[in-house]
Amino acid sequence: MWRVGTVVALHDETATARTITLKVSDWTGHLAGQHVDVRLTASDGYSAVRSYSIASAPNSETRIELTVERLRDGEVSPYLTQELAVGDRLELRGPIGGWFVWRTQQTEPIQLVAGGSGIVPLMAMIRSRVSACSAASFRLLYSVREPGAVLYRDELEALSDHDHSVSVTYAYTRVAPKDWPRPPGRIDAALIANTTWPSNLAPTCYVCGPTSFVETATGLLNASGNSSDKIRTERFGSTGDRQ
Amino acid sequence: MSSHTYDYLDGNAAAGELSKIFAMDVTAAKGQCAHCGATKRFAEAHLYMLGPGVVARCAVCEHVLLRLVNVRQRVFLDVRGMTYLSLDAAQLEASSDLDA
Repeated sequence: MWRVGTVVALHDETATARTITLKVSDWTGHLAGQHVDVRLTASDGYSAVRSYSIASAPNSETRIELTVERLRDGEVSPYLTQELAVGDRLELRGPIGGWFVWRTQQTEPIQLVAGGSGIVPLMAMIRSRVSACSAASFRLLYSVREPGAVLYRDELEALSDHDHSVSVTYAYTRVAPKDWPRPPGRIDAALIANTTWPSNLAPTCYVCGPTSFVETATGLLNASGNSSDKIRTERFGSTGDRQ
Repeated sequence: MSSHTYDYLDGNAAAGELSKIFAMDVTAAKGQCAHCGATKRFAEAHLYMLGPGVVARCAVCEHVLLRLVNVRQRVFLDVRGMTYLSLDAAQLEASSDLDA
């Protein structure tokens, strides 16, 4: 069940995040939102497995993209973001997970809520919507530390400003751009009320980020009238390199 | 609010480990908690992965639903915390097609 992927491209998204494009010859396709497990094995046999969300849209090619955020004390992410080179091979298991997914047949409004690198599987959903020419209405609320930490900024800008595929709201937690209307801070009830789909439209909500962020966001979505069974979550812990 | 700390993941995160045992994705299945009777997707369970194995707890009452432990060369699976799992038959078909 472990497959081998060959690194065919590397692209730095920010100072700490890198997108790894892998060619996986026996890839059977994936759904937007799914992840893979990556296994690294040291020469002494010690191995570490970490889960990374797929950033690319499902397509007919046998290539996938993973965007990995480097964690200071990470065991795997420093290697993936600093040492991995084109031509290297990685062991992969997946695609994995059948719940935190967006399928192109879905027509209801979609509310995406990302905390930091929690944007990655949500980006796969946005890209999937674009490549499938879906008419589903997407909104993204993207909570991020500072402007320099925003992943996929240019692509999101193009999709929201020109293409109207998705409407994007940024919420900066530590440093906001000059003249930004909202002071830096965590997401709150007012932001949810003003920028997310009204709950009477029964949007399906996808929330991804660190555990505490997901906890806060789902609480706020619940409080604004979204029922729990319309909210799908993907948490990543603070210690496990989970993306 | 319950007293648990925020160190858990979602049931989704166990999908890779569970794929070693089950032919189809169990995280999208609905499971009933044997303790409180809540029926939810396994992906919504609270998952603790920092120990020697995987422990999934009910998102409603925190009762243990599933334990998966690797001990030496054996894998132990304990699912007595769930009365049943219900799987989407269409997905069963799809997953067998995928393997074909």
